Amino acid sequence: MSAADLQTPLKRVRGLGSAKDGTRHFVVQRVTALALIPLCVWAIFLALSLVHADYSAARAMLHHPFAAVWLAAFVIAAFWHAQLGLQVVIEDYVHTRWLEVLAQVAVKFFCAAGALVSLFAIVRTVLG
Amino acid sequence: MATERPLSPHLQIYRWQLTMTLSILHRATGIALAAGTILVIALLLALAAGPGPYAAVRGFCASGPGTFLLIGWSWSLCFHLCNGIRHLAWDAGWGFTIPRAYLTGWTVVVASLLMTASIWMCVYAQGGMR
Repeated sequence: MSAADLQTPLKRVRGLGSAKDGTRHFVVQRVTALALIPLCVWAIFLALSLVHADYSAARAMLHHPFAAVWLAAFVIAAFWHAQLGLQVVIEDYVHTRWLEVLAQVAVKFFCAAGALVSLFAIVRTVLG
Repeated sequence: MATERPLSPHLQIYRWQLTMTLSILHRATGIALAAGTILVIALLLALAAGPGPYAAVRGFCASGPGTFLLIGWSWSLCFHLCNGIRHLAWDAGWGFTIPRAYLTGWTVVVASLLMTASIWMCVYAQGGMR
């Protein structure tokens, strides 16, 4: 009998990653998608109302607390959903390991930076 | 990657179908929308920065290339939104039969085009982008 056969099932799977959160990516992608349905519809109406708004009118629109919070929610959900979606595309199509890692990290940095910069801009517009 | 073993049939084997077109478009529009977030960032930053930068972003949107991109992004958003709801229905276990996949597929195509047309009718009813 070889040594490997004496290992418990637990010992064999240790270090191979966590059991129990394999569906996390799938679930978060769906939850952000669900959130983005009303957020996107509202964002379309906001964009249409901005077509002829001059600078002060556009700022005034964001000064409404509902608009600022809704827009912040849109930005967070959109960048989160974008990162999750682009991650799958890269996993599927980029087969050179170092390029894949580079692309995954670049996408994560872009989405995190995009969300942070957008949130900063919203806060500054509302408070400034 | 070169391989000696037989490969499973891929895209070039199949007759082009609506369902696969929409699947490919869902990914393509998702990537386009991720790129389009750059304009969202630019607009929000310009709004925080002042009237000058805001006018510059608006000027880009009203330009030929800007309007072209906006029309593309607006359709991408409408399509990804409608087809995303179709995906959520599948995730809930509804709509897997072939007739339903085609019915919902064509519904998504028509709805996304109607939504995009409505958006731009609203824009031009207000006198267009300036």
